[in-house]
Order: sequence, then C-alpha cells, then structure tokens
Amino acid sequence: MLFQLTNQPIETLISSSLHPHTGGIVTFEGRVRAINDDREVSSLEYEAYPELALHEGHTIISEVLEQFDILEARAIHRTGHLAIGDIAVWIMSAAVHRKEAFAATEYIINAIKTSVPIWKKEHYSNGEAIWVRCDRCADEHNHTAKEVFSL
Amino acid sequence: MTTLQITYFAALRDTTGYAEETLTTEMATAKALFHELTAKYHWPFAETDIQVAINDRYQSTDTLLKEGDRIVFIPPVAGG
Repeated sequence: MLFQLTNQPIETLISSSLHPHTGGIVTFEGRVRAINDDREVSSLEYEAYPELALHEGHTIISEVLEQFDILEARAIHRTGHLAIGDIAVWIMSAAVHRKEAFAATEYIINAIKTSVPIWKKEHYSNGEAIWVRCDRCADEHNHTAKEVFSL
Repeated sequence: MTTLQITYFAALRDTTGYAEETLTTEMATAKALFHELTAKYHWPFAETDIQVAINDRYQSTDTLLKEGDRIVFIPPVAGG
C-alpha cells in the first residue's frame, strides 16, 4: 500500500527490502505537540473520509513516483484519538541520492495537507475542543494553523 | 426532485448531529445544495471554503446532481 490510514499506533521501522539502488532515505514524522497557537493541547482527534482519502493519498504517491527521481515512497496517516507525542503522519521517500528524497518527502506532506480529506480536532487542557482550520498549512512560510473555528 | 445520500464528517457532522441522511431536494447542483444545507444547519462556511465529493471523488460544485448520488461536503482539510 502506497498510502494507508490506520487507527493503530504507526510503526516506523523501515523494511530492509528496499530497492537495491537506494542510497538515501528521508522520513518525516508529524507528531502531536502540546501547544498550538499558544494554547495548551491535551490531545488530538483525526477523522478521515476513508474512500476519498485513500484515493487522494494514492494519487499523491503515484504523482511523486512519476515526477521525482525516487525509487519508493509511502505514507501512513493516523485516525482516531492521539496523545501528545504520538505520530500523526509518517512519510518515507527512498532515492539513489538524498536530494530527490528530501524534495519528494516535502512534496508529499504538503500535498497531504492540501488535498487529503482528513480533519483534526484539538482538545485543550481547559476542556474545550475545536476543529482546526488549516487552509494554509502547506504554505512553506506558514506552517501553523492561523484560523480556528468553534462549533 | 432528486434523492441523495449525504454523509457528514467532522465539523459538519457536529452541526447535523448525525453522520448520514437521505435527502430529497429540488436543487440541481452541488453548490445549490450546499446553500440549502447551510440555511438548514447554519454551517459556518463560505461557498469558497467548501469542496464537494460526489460518489467518493472530488467534483466541481457546479456538477449536476443525479438520483442516488452520494454527496460529501468537505470543509477545509487539516491532515498532517
């Protein structure tokens, strides 16, 4: 599976059965942090629209395999309730040389943030919970959510 | 009149109180249906905030609705 959703803790061990030409592997782990926009976060809840999320995720990985000079790429995204420090998303790109693997991995995380239908509810230490708007999270100059809304 | 299966996720489900409903509507397009549902459920989103999936694929909000379509309105995503 090039792109997976899981409600279980993400295992980050990389198989030793990678393409024999692999010389550089770049992995990215997105983890749940205890603070966002100056608010103390106690946990996160991720919800996916599975049928479309899997389709879009596969499309992203397939595009990367075509457009970048890499040998393999994979991504896994968590769903469900996550604690501080848990891995929310894990991405791996393998290439002959590191430069393309770095570029492909960054492309994948930006594309996931832009087009894969997954939503994030932040639970705060004061008991409030808010669905986070992250419209511009893929913008390299603006990595944090700037707008939130409460229902 | 068109009968549709509508699924709600995340913030939109919080406004409806349920994840799915079967709805019969006179609206011809996904965009028109979005405005009908916004009025019904008081969604806090502009038309430009929302994308639509029809039968589990992104489509233009100008797409004409067909009998039995599965419709999902998608508020701004926040994965990663």
